[in-house]
Amino acid sequence: MAIDFGAIAPELVLTATAILVLMVDLVLTDQAKQLANPLSAIGALVALGFTLPLWGDERSTFGGSFVVNDYAVVFKVVFLVSLLAILGISWRYFAESRFFQGEYYFLLLVSFLGMLIMPSARDLLLLFIALETVSLPGFVMAGLRKRDLYSSEAAIKFFLIGVLSVALMLFGISMMYGFTGTTSLSGIAQALGQWGASPPPLLLASLLLIIVGFGFKISAVPFHFWAPDTYAGSPIPVAAMLAVASKTAGFAGLIAVTFIAFEPFAGVWAPALGVLAILTMTLGNLVAMQQRDMVRLLAWSSVAQAGYMLIPFGLAVTGNAEVNEAAVQATIFYIAAYAIPNIGAFGVVVAINRRTGYRSIEDFAGLGGRHPFMAVAMTTFLLSLGGAPPTVGLWAKFAIVQAGAESGTVLAYVLLFFLIVNSVIAFYYYLKVVWVMWMREGREGMAPVTPGVNLSLVTAALVFGTVLLFVLPGLIADTTVSTDLVAGL
Amino acid sequence: MLNDQGWLLSLALFFPLIGAAAIVAMPSGAEQAIKRAGVLFSGITLALTVAVMVGFDYAAAGELQFETTVTWIEAIGARYHLGIDGISLPLFALTSLLTFLCAIYTTKIIPKPGKPKAFLALMMLLQVGMAGTFLAFDLVLFFVFWEVVLVPMYFMIGMWGGPRREYASVKFFLYTLFGSVFMLVAFLSIYFVATDAGIANPWDIVELSEAAGIGSYTFQTLAFLGIFLGFAIKVPVWPFHTWLPDAHTEAPTVGSVLLAGVLLKMGTYGFIRIALPILPEGALRFAPLIGVLGVIGIIYGSLACLAQTDVKRLIAFSSVGHMGFVMLGISAMNTTGIQAALYGNIAHAVVTGMLFFLAGSLHERYHTREISEIGGGMLVKMPRYGALLVFVSMASLGLPGLAGFWGEFTALWAARSPAPALAANYSGLYLGLVIFGAIGTVLTAGYFLWLIQRVGLGTPSERWADEPLSDVMTVEWVSWLPLLALILIMGIFPVIIFGVQDPAVTNLVSFFGG
Repeated sequence: MAIDFGAIAPELVLTATAILVLMVDLVLTDQAKQLANPLSAIGALVALGFTLPLWGDERSTFGGSFVVNDYAVVFKVVFLVSLLAILGISWRYFAESRFFQGEYYFLLLVSFLGMLIMPSARDLLLLFIALETVSLPGFVMAGLRKRDLYSSEAAIKFFLIGVLSVALMLFGISMMYGFTGTTSLSGIAQALGQWGASPPPLLLASLLLIIVGFGFKISAVPFHFWAPDTYAGSPIPVAAMLAVASKTAGFAGLIAVTFIAFEPFAGVWAPALGVLAILTMTLGNLVAMQQRDMVRLLAWSSVAQAGYMLIPFGLAVTGNAEVNEAAVQATIFYIAAYAIPNIGAFGVVVAINRRTGYRSIEDFAGLGGRHPFMAVAMTTFLLSLGGAPPTVGLWAKFAIVQAGAESGTVLAYVLLFFLIVNSVIAFYYYLKVVWVMWMREGREGMAPVTPGVNLSLVTAALVFGTVLLFVLPGLIADTTVSTDLVAGL
Repeated sequence: MLNDQGWLLSLALFFPLIGAAAIVAMPSGAEQAIKRAGVLFSGITLALTVAVMVGFDYAAAGELQFETTVTWIEAIGARYHLGIDGISLPLFALTSLLTFLCAIYTTKIIPKPGKPKAFLALMMLLQVGMAGTFLAFDLVLFFVFWEVVLVPMYFMIGMWGGPRREYASVKFFLYTLFGSVFMLVAFLSIYFVATDAGIANPWDIVELSEAAGIGSYTFQTLAFLGIFLGFAIKVPVWPFHTWLPDAHTEAPTVGSVLLAGVLLKMGTYGFIRIALPILPEGALRFAPLIGVLGVIGIIYGSLACLAQTDVKRLIAFSSVGHMGFVMLGISAMNTTGIQAALYGNIAHAVVTGMLFFLAGSLHERYHTREISEIGGGMLVKMPRYGALLVFVSMASLGLPGLAGFWGEFTALWAARSPAPALAANYSGLYLGLVIFGAIGTVLTAGYFLWLIQRVGLGTPSERWADEPLSDVMTVEWVSWLPLLALILIMGIFPVIIFGVQDPAVTNLVSFFGG
């Protein structure tokens, strides 16, 4: 069986870069160690260069367990662009605190390697491997600030809950194999279709156990307990990675599992995920309202965002390809639109935090006067997370409402109602931050904000992207709409 | 096609963005230059608007002119569809005029904490959103312009507002947002039903209107409910008005003028342009309710005005009453009613916009807006200013011969004989609405006359007797005169508005068979 090396070229490039970074770190000393960052960025760019030509292709290798189609390519592009942005906000942060730079970049690249595999995986075992490849480096990265108790707590919490949910998931996979005799997603779909209307309860249990594994990754309530503490304790760029890229990977896997393998039982998991969506967004927003620490606020807001992304899952209907496609497209659009402002918001937090250690909301007081550019950027990002113009967030919300209206069921309108109520709650706390930045005076003798050239450029690029995609949402929408998840089977 | 210079309309719409960018690029120290640039850019926008008005074919005011149709978001079939007809034209002109006058006013009078650069840039961003709402003929485009307005107005109230500005600005933002997401859900439902009904461009307001009612009766009712929430909050219709007194009271003068002059009009315009023609059956079902809420607004607004002690808050509540008349006109669902509503819109914008200018200047002089603290004697102390207050109050209470009269009178007239479908079932109800509406006009006269008596007549109190209070300044004359002239002209020749609107309104009403 020949391996299609063109299809896995992006993954190979990232693997090579990761190993190279680890080795180069041994050779370089002191100040020069920060060169691991541009090296990683070059690797990401090359991988991106190998990914883009795959657009429009339908490739499959490793006996059909690894598929490259438009669905996978869109996710890979989102991951690689996120990687570049996260590298941009990491450079100064890690270079100045001078800890484990080589190891950090190595782990980051390995984690992204897992992400790249995720949307291509069409086999439960490969999905499991991809999920673990994303998670394991994450456990270590969360604890990189070894001397900080909070960082250690972040890593331990993340690790324990992660391992628990992965164990549950494996248990579910083993039972699923017992019932269906296969681990391939399309094979499972075929086998499940034969059970008809009365599947054995244990089969449904194994199905839900597998979903739980992904529920942990996307920090859906009630599997979210690790998220706020882990985000708050991790180095801030790692928090950005967990909140955006790692979560996106979870969704890439969840979409494949639910909409391909478990499609015959959408009647079981769709309402369940719909309820999870309501719980996740409502709890996430209500707790975010109480936060005083900026990173924690973003952490809880990202829990709430996962709730919005889950809404389309609640709309799925067995056999109704039109509604299911619309649901998948809405989620993908939301994920892509959400990545930009969310990384940007973490980037601004890094800029404020740099050299000052500031991280509470109060520390953002008077930012409009002290550093107008960062204040404008943060305002844009927060408006986008909430879904107000002139930002791409408006279209993200639009996409979700569109999927709901297309489905048109009562459950869909209930979900949309909760979306409306939640977007009002979310704006309450986003506006609170905006208020503090612009309308409140800073304390006497606050240290100046010095983001540095690198971070400023990344932030400016993300602001530009957020506003540009508001004017021309077609740049994402016209491509996501043509992605056909099931085509490459 | 008529007037195919669509670029001119797009330029007039987006020119303020160029102005905003230029102002942002100026050094913040050059405050005088920035203020002059504000006047210059909004002046050019006004000139472009006038060019559109000159090129407009008034004989064919019922049709879309200066049209542009470009594919915008291919994935959902949304188009950049811009145009202007007899209904949009007065509102578009009003937006450009009021913004220009506000820019002139800002050259001398700018609220704390100054920062004219940010203030003017936001005002121009606001202008694009407001004007775009009146010119968009694609539901997606309309929604985007509708939402664009939120952010600049939030900052305007939040940064330059009064003591309770945090509460007022957040309330304004969240309340409007809440309604607009319901509206979005309704728009998307319309889109899918229209696609099923075989409409080629299911976002296009013109095509949707011409379809004369899509979907089932239940669908129309539910979709109308969603749209109703969005628009009713913006108008605001009682009982969704509670954000308005706070926003108006705390907003800086210019913010209040634009809020009363243009933002509220977006709601009534939406009802007339979108809700009624696209969902005629739903509208007929809701019309009596809209009428009742409108009249409650009239009575409630007037009674609330009688209880106010703050001049600006009083004017804000008077808006609730005036918009009640506009909603009463809409609820009649006939040509006269729609004409009355649109006329009332413009009249309220000019008159109440002017009243807010006066309230702002009052605060500049007395540093308080409490009626009891100001005391009487304004006509003695500042004769010109006092005379203006009397003049505009008279216009607002609906004195025949001034702008306020025609909208209210015609609305009552229209509600006396509503659309046939309504007259058959609800003629008693509408008679009641007319009677209570008429009582409302008496109450309106009551609170304005009482206001004039308390602050205008008598002798100045000891506190102000020796204070050197300047009468109307030059900058105020310049920014107020156009509005004062309009109040008079619109009162004497109402045909200048009615005439422009007439073909478009007839056209529109034919869609819902009034």
